[in-house]
Amino acid sequence: MKILVPVKRVIDYNLKPRVKADGSGVDLTNIKMSMNPFDEIAVEEAIRLREKGAASEIVAVSIGPAKAQETLRTALAMGADRAILVETDDQVEPLAVARILKAIADEEAPGMVLMGKQAIDDDCNQTGQMLAALMGRPQGTFASLVAIEGDHVSVTREVDGGLETVKLALPAVVTTDLRLNEPRYASLPNIMKAKKKPLDVKSPADYGVDTTPRLTTLKVEEPPVRQAGEVVGSVDELVTKLKAMGAVA
Amino acid sequence: MSALVLAEHDGGVLSAATLATVTAAAALGGPVHVLVAGGDDAAGVADAAAAIAGVEKVLVAQDAAYGAQLAENVAPLIAGLMDGYDAFLAPATTTGKNIAPRVAALLDVMQVSEIISVEGPKTFTRPIYAGNAVATVQSSDARLVITVRTTTFDKAAATGGSATVEAVSGPGDAGLSSFVGLEASRSERPELTSAGIIVSGGRALKDAETFSQIITPLADKLGAAIGASRAAVDAGYISNDYQVGQTGKIVAPDLYIAVGISGAIQHLAGMKDSKVIVAINKDPDAPIFQIADLGLVADLFQAVPELTGKL
Ligand SMILES: Cc1cc2nc3c(=O)[nH]c(=O)nc-3n(C[C@H](O)[C@H](O)[C@H](O)COP(=O)(O)OP(=O)(O)OC[C@H]3O[C@@H](n4cnc5c(N)ncnc54)[C@H](O)[C@@H]3O)c2cc1C
Ligand SMILES: Nc1ncnc2c1ncn2[C@@H]1O[C@H](COP(=O)(O)O)[C@@H](O)[C@H]1O
Repeated sequence: MKILVPVKRVIDYNLKPRVKADGSGVDLTNIKMSMNPFDEIAVEEAIRLREKGAASEIVAVSIGPAKAQETLRTALAMGADRAILVETDDQVEPLAVARILKAIADEEAPGMVLMGKQAIDDDCNQTGQMLAALMGRPQGTFASLVAIEGDHVSVTREVDGGLETVKLALPAVVTTDLRLNEPRYASLPNIMKAKKKPLDVKSPADYGVDTTPRLTTLKVEEPPVRQAGEVVGSVDELVTKLKAMGAVA
Repeated sequence: MSALVLAEHDGGVLSAATLATVTAAAALGGPVHVLVAGGDDAAGVADAAAAIAGVEKVLVAQDAAYGAQLAENVAPLIAGLMDGYDAFLAPATTTGKNIAPRVAALLDVMQVSEIISVEGPKTFTRPIYAGNAVATVQSSDARLVITVRTTTFDKAAATGGSATVEAVSGPGDAGLSSFVGLEASRSERPELTSAGIIVSGGRALKDAETFSQIITPLADKLGAAIGASRAAVDAGYISNDYQVGQTGKIVAPDLYIAVGISGAIQHLAGMKDSKVIVAINKDPDAPIFQIADLGLVADLFQAVPELTGKL
């Protein structure tokens, strides 16, 4: 079984994003960019499935600028077999990303698409579900456990009420949650090897997908800043203040 | 703009998240209808939905295939009903987040995720970058698919309405997926996303036993819900559905007490709209103090039991 793993290049999760003064967006100049953390978990899970013999080939895909090659090289260094960059400098929305991924899935015929539940820049949490709809295939979102059972996959999902398990016919789209695994670090020899692994460069037009945005961003602002309050000296003072504020009875 | 709202329900009970979503839908300015998709318990939920103030009509799709809210089955049902509506809205809960984008793709619409305000019929604000920025976006799609951050909208009144109830049907079981089971974390406590007070614990709580020894008595005293940081959940102190943050639950209680939580941006994203924030942390430089109304620099193992005793 082939596994397709879409990976997005995003601001490193350790950094605090700054809004541009002109309100046009978030300033990403000279900002460290990394693979979306949920996508790292997806790459790791694909590798583990291959290690268990449940998967044969792992293809990483990214839609983004030329620099997204670095993200793909990271996936290759972790253990993906080959990569496809769909290069564009435009901001591509989840719906268009899903359309491109659908076209790639048509060509590659993966048994599973394993991807992040959410990109930590747009916080959309929708691409995987959209892809599953476009493919007419089932979806296992927010996965904390993935087990292949013949021509089905059992997915345990992190839901508001606890943990839900669903059984999906393959091919299926699975999106990762934080508890699925802990991604490995790429070793130096693997980073060197990854440089020689195949990486195809394509364009959205190659897949016949129009990436014109459906949403226009009118402005991007800082959220209202919350002022730090006061530091109290003791539990007694804390209780007094809480009562004075009416926060506790 | 006529709007269809997906009712979220569990065990025959309509969720508070649905009420907030109705408020967001009403802000679009047109009639609001509610869809109840479910199994045997759908009829009861439909009666509850019909009583929500401001709802004009309730559509009920009762079919075993909709019982577990499987997106593969529910999304085509919704897409099939959308001819009569300008917008579809679902609460940004795990159920809504699972189903709504699938509806959006079936309708060829770009979803507007997790809105926090309605600025115009097609203009909304939504947090991005873990809430470090707020974007105002305008949709150019003919129809809208929206998920709603329910903590930022008031709940519509659960009673006072008298909507008509109409049975609808959809394609039923798509034959792609099946529900196996739910390991529910049942608790007598208030539900996290609608609680008035939350006591939340972090990595500093050491282990599951210590977490519950320290946090539970304080929560009991205050009648509070319990929350946790990702680190506490990852370490197994408490189950995943207690995680507060960018990728967990978004909460906005009247009082949020963060115990042994450093205040990473991903955690703050989930709780910084709380009315009063209290932080107890032994590190005076912990970022949580930058947003706390009241901070106590102390060892939590001493301070929390003392606080519980003195409240
Ligand atoms: C993609 C992604 C998504 C994430 N999503 C979330 C999310 O939704 N929610 C979330 O919470 N995190 C999330 N995180 C994780 C986040 O970055 C932090 O790692 C996490 O919030 C840290 O948890 P913590 O504050 O409990 O632990 P730590 O950062 O380790 O902080 C522990 C704190 O306890 C204090 N302490 C220690 N001992 C004592 C004592 N005896 N008395 C008092 N204080 C003490 C320390 O001073 C420290 O400040 C996410 C991370 C990633 C990469
Ligand atoms: N430009 C992209 N390139 C590759 N994968 C993407 C891209 N955008 C989104 N994805 C995938 O879709 C997931 C969810 O993204 P989102 O719906 O934007 O929150 C991410 O975790 C990625 O796996």
